[in-house]
Amino acid sequence: MKWSLPENIATYGGKIDAIFWVITVVTGIAFVLVEVGIIWFAVKYRRREGRRAYYTHGNKALEVLWTSVPALALVALGIYSADVWAQIKGRDSAPAGSLMLGVRAKQFEWNVTYPGADGTLGTSDDFVVRNQLHFPVNRPILIQLESEDVLHSFFIPQLRVKQDAVPGMTIPVWFEATKTGGYQIGCAELCGLGHYRMRARVTIHEPDEYERWHAEQVASR
Amino acid sequence: MATIVAEPTGRPVVREPHELSFIRKYIFSSDHKVIGIQFLFLSLFFLLAGGLLAMMIRWQLAWPGQPMPLGSLFPETMAPDGIMLPEFYNSLVTMHGTFMIFFAVMLLLVGVFANYLIPLQIGAPDMAFPRINMASFWVAVPAGLIALASFLVEGGAAGAGWTSYAPLSAMPEASGVSLGQQMWIVSLVLLGLSSILGSTNYITTVINMRAPGMTWMRLPLTVWALFITAILALLSMPVLTGAMIMLLFDQTIGTHFFLPAEGGQPLLWQHLFWFFGHPEVYILILPAMGFTSEILANGSRKPVFGYHAMVGALVSIAVLGFMVWGHHMFQSGMNPLLATSFMVSTMVIAVPSAIKTFNWMGTMWRGNLHFHTPMLFAIGFVMLFVIGGLSGIFMASAPFDIFIHDTYFIVAHIHYVLFGGALFGIFAAIYYWFPKMFGRMMNEKLGKVHFALTFLFFNLVFFPMHTQGLAGMMRRLYQTTGYEHLEGLQWTHVLITISAFGLFLSGMLFAVNFAWSLFRGPKAPANPWNATTLEWQTPSPPMHGNWEEVPVVYHGPHEYSHPDVADKDWLAQNERPDVVSPARP
Repeated sequence: MKWSLPENIATYGGKIDAIFWVITVVTGIAFVLVEVGIIWFAVKYRRREGRRAYYTHGNKALEVLWTSVPALALVALGIYSADVWAQIKGRDSAPAGSLMLGVRAKQFEWNVTYPGADGTLGTSDDFVVRNQLHFPVNRPILIQLESEDVLHSFFIPQLRVKQDAVPGMTIPVWFEATKTGGYQIGCAELCGLGHYRMRARVTIHEPDEYERWHAEQVASR
Repeated sequence: MATIVAEPTGRPVVREPHELSFIRKYIFSSDHKVIGIQFLFLSLFFLLAGGLLAMMIRWQLAWPGQPMPLGSLFPETMAPDGIMLPEFYNSLVTMHGTFMIFFAVMLLLVGVFANYLIPLQIGAPDMAFPRINMASFWVAVPAGLIALASFLVEGGAAGAGWTSYAPLSAMPEASGVSLGQQMWIVSLVLLGLSSILGSTNYITTVINMRAPGMTWMRLPLTVWALFITAILALLSMPVLTGAMIMLLFDQTIGTHFFLPAEGGQPLLWQHLFWFFGHPEVYILILPAMGFTSEILANGSRKPVFGYHAMVGALVSIAVLGFMVWGHHMFQSGMNPLLATSFMVSTMVIAVPSAIKTFNWMGTMWRGNLHFHTPMLFAIGFVMLFVIGGLSGIFMASAPFDIFIHDTYFIVAHIHYVLFGGALFGIFAAIYYWFPKMFGRMMNEKLGKVHFALTFLFFNLVFFPMHTQGLAGMMRRLYQTTGYEHLEGLQWTHVLITISAFGLFLSGMLFAVNFAWSLFRGPKAPANPWNATTLEWQTPSPPMHGNWEEVPVVYHGPHEYSHPDVADKDWLAQNERPDVVSPARP
C-alpha cells in the first residue's frame, strides 16, 4: 500500500521527509484539537429548553495565546525549512565535483546531454540520448535544466527532486542517489496534450557500470 | 418588556413615484436585491456546469479510455466513440477551474451576497451607484456566454489550465488551442471589469451609506468581510486584466511579453497571475468566513467571540495577501532566495486564519446551539476549512513543496479550501438568507440530508487525494497509468469517482430544494432565525428601497443572549435602548 511518501533514494531526501513528519505532527495536534473541540462543543452545548447561552464578547488573554503560539510555531517552521531549502535549492548548493549533465525538455520528451570522451559538458563531442537518464550512484549529479518550447517540470519522486524547466532559462538541479535501480522521470507541469505520457527512464548505476555504459555510448557514435 | 415604539427614528426613504416596468424591475434592474438574485441564478448555473465537467474528468481518471455514458453525444473533436481525447481532457480541467473559481464561487460570494446584503445590513436603501451595479451584472453575462461558447469553436476551449501558464497559453502551435484561449481571455477581462465595477460600488457604499449609528465596529462581520474582499478585488483584478491583455497581444498581434524566443519572460506571467491570484484566494474565502461568523453566532445564540480580533484578522489577511504570491512559484525557477522570504510571509499569513478558527470555536463554547441547516453548513465550513488550512502548511514549506508541488496533494488542498470552505459557507448563506431573498423558507429536512451527504461524499472525494499526492501523483494527467510509482493506486481513482457521483447527486438535492422552495416553500416571516442584524428587521422580501424608514443603529451586530434582555435571546441592532433596557444609557 502507498499511504505515504515513496521510497527515498536521495542523500537529502531524509531532510525533506523529516520536514513532512514534523509538519504532520504539528498539524496533527492542531487538527485533533480543533475537530474534537468542535464536536465536543456541538454535543455539550446543544440546545436545551430554558438554558441561555453565556454572554461574552471574548477574552484578551486567550486571543494573545492563540495568536502567539501558532505564530511562533509557524515562524520556527519557516526558519527550519529555509535552512533545508538553501541546502537543496540554493544557487550554489551543488557539491563540488558533481557530474554535469544536461536535460532539455520538449513536448513530450526528455533529451539528456552527456559529456563525450573528454568528460566535460559543453564541448563538441557531447552526445544526446532521448528519454534515457543514466548516472552513477553515490555521486552528486548536477543537471542543467532547459526547455525548448513550453514549461515542463522535471520530477523524480524517489529522488525528491522537482524543478520546472523554463524556456529561455538554464536552471541548475542537483541530487545524489544512494541506491542503484530503475526509476522514471515524470512531467509535473501541464505542457499540452501529451503531458500525461511525458516520461523517461532513469537508470542509476554502480560507478564502474556507469563508466562502461558511457564508454559504449561514446564508442557507438 | 414593551413592544418597540413605532415612531420615526430616521430619514424617510425616497420612493420611486411610479411602478417600474417589468424590464426595469426584473431584467435591467438597478435594485441591488434583484441584481443579487440575478447573480444567484447565473452563478448556480455555472456551479452546475462546473460540476458536470468535474464528473467527466472523474470518469476519465477512474476508467481511462472507456467510453463515457452519453459519450456518443460529443463530436469527434472531443470524444470519438465516446472516448475522451487528451486535448478535450485538458479543456475540461481548464474550464472546470475557470467556471468554479470565476463564475461560480466568486460570483456567489461577491456578486450575490455583496449585492444583496451590503445595503440591507448597513441600513441603506440601495447601493451608491445602482446603474454601475446593473452594469456589473450585464458585463458578467456575456463573459459567461463567451466562456461557454469557447467549447464550440475550432480547437476547443482553453486547455492550458485555469492558471494558463505561458508560454503554453501563448503558443497555439504548442497547445492546439487558439480561438478558445482568446475567448477565455476576453471572457475573464469582462469578468474582471464586472468585478472592478462591483467592488468600487461596494467600497463606496460601505464607506458612505451606513445608517445613523452604524459605526465601523457595529458592522456585521459579513459586511467587514465583503468590504475587505472588495478592496482586494479592486487592487488585484486590474493586474490580472493587464496580464490577460498582454497574453492576448502575444497571441494575436505579435508581441513577446511571455515568449522567450524573442526575449520575453515566461515567469513574468506567473508573477502577474499570482500577484492577482493570491489575493484572489482570499477573495474566495473571506466572504465565506464572514457568513460563517455570523451564522455561528446566530446558531449558538452568542455574540461572535473576539469581534475585534476577527476584524483585525481580516485586515491583516488583506495586507499580507499581497506579499505571498511567490509561494506558488517555489519550483518555478525564480531565484531560490526569494522563496525564503515568501516562505516566511506565507507562514505568517496562516496566523490570522488560526485566530479566526479559534474564535469560531469560542463562539460555539457555552452557547445554546440550534442546528438549523445554515448552522450545520457553518460548522462544516470550520471543520473542513481547518483541514485545508493545515494542509497549506505542508506546501508553505518550500523544501517539502519540492515533493508535493503540482501533485494531487494540492488538488486536495484547493478543494478543501474552495469547496469545503467557500462552498460550504455559500450553502450556509443560501439556506440562511433564502427566506429574506424570496420570502419563503427552504425545506429544513431536505437541507439536513443535503448537508450530511455532502459532508460525507466531500471527504470521500477529496481526503484520499492527499494520499495520492503523497504517493507522487502529478495533477492534470489525462491518465495516471504508466507510472511505476503509482502502480496499485488506480482503485483510489475509482473510489473517488464513485464518491464524486454521490457528491453531485447530493448537490441535486439542493437544486430540488431550491427550486421547490422558490414556489412552494412556506411563507417566511421577517425574521425566521431570530437574528439581530438589520436585514431581518424589514419584511421578507424587503420592499424596493428596503425600509419604511431608515433604521437607526444602537447596538453591536451580534447581540445574542444579552443579560439585560429578559424575554428573548436576541437584540436587534436597531432596537431602541430606552425600550430594551431603561437602566442602560
